[in-house]
Amino acid sequence: MNRWLLWLPLVLFGLFFGAVAIGLMMPKDNIIESKMVGKPMPEFALPAANEQRPALASADLFGGKPTLLNIFASWCMPCIAEAPQLLELQRAGVEINAIASRDTPEDIANFLNRWGNPYTRIGTDTTSKVQLELGSSGVPETFVIDGNGIIVHQHIGDIREEDVAKLIELLEEAG
Amino acid sequence: MKRFMTLLVLSLSVPIAAQTGLPPAPYADRQLDDPKQEAVASDLMEELRCLKCQSQSIADSNAPMAGDMRSQVRERIAAGETPEEVRNWLIERYGNWVTYDPPIASAVTWPLWFAPIILLLAALWLARGRFRKSRGDE
Repeated sequence: MNRWLLWLPLVLFGLFFGAVAIGLMMPKDNIIESKMVGKPMPEFALPAANEQRPALASADLFGGKPTLLNIFASWCMPCIAEAPQLLELQRAGVEINAIASRDTPEDIANFLNRWGNPYTRIGTDTTSKVQLELGSSGVPETFVIDGNGIIVHQHIGDIREEDVAKLIELLEEAG
Repeated sequence: MKRFMTLLVLSLSVPIAAQTGLPPAPYADRQLDDPKQEAVASDLMEELRCLKCQSQSIADSNAPMAGDMRSQVRERIAAGETPEEVRNWLIERYGNWVTYDPPIASAVTWPLWFAPIILLLAALWLARGRFRKSRGDE
């Protein structure tokens, strides 16, 4: 019995070493998910980003049909990368509304003219107020909202080609 | 002349590529008029974590989003909310992650607070036998 106990410090050291090695080798997960998933959309009313599309209020998201809420900005590079995927979703019949984060009307217009405009409504959030309400921590982010205004999913980062099918599936489930 | 030209160039220069073209939110870098409220707000800002630069408090960070969070904190304190109400409003949205002073009751944090006490008690219990033995030898 005591002879086995002799190995205990080595085993403990091994466990400690393993924990440190895992911590060093695995990249730290820096993604902060919103705790608003599963909860109703917070109430907000944002002015129109520019004259291209009407303004966006939370009431617009209670239309009975599941929608996507995309948070983007003209100064955000990954937003350019996801633009083709958003257009693809729009062609598939998905209603996409947007919140422009910390942006100017001219820059938004340039961005949309250059990379396409898949949005039904665009609200402008110049002080990140609604983004904070949503528990969103950056751009781009996309929320799946069911017809009753409940947030059912948060997609963090740009929408890649392989994410499109999953988002459509989530929208169908929410319908 | 050279000095004048340097001054001229410096005064005309603008940052080429700022992250966003917009000015910060109203209270991002402006103190509240009431010094008492400002003290309360700045104490709270030291304990809230920046979402962009995750090892800094929002008081230390110059990320645009941290500025927006500072403005929200100041506006809410000015509107009469308590620091705990503001903190809970953020925890509701981002989880305990967002505060540097997480509640003790959470499953993840209680070992942080109680492990030292448990270890100390265990050590005392282990050492107890030794003290007794040495007393017996005398």
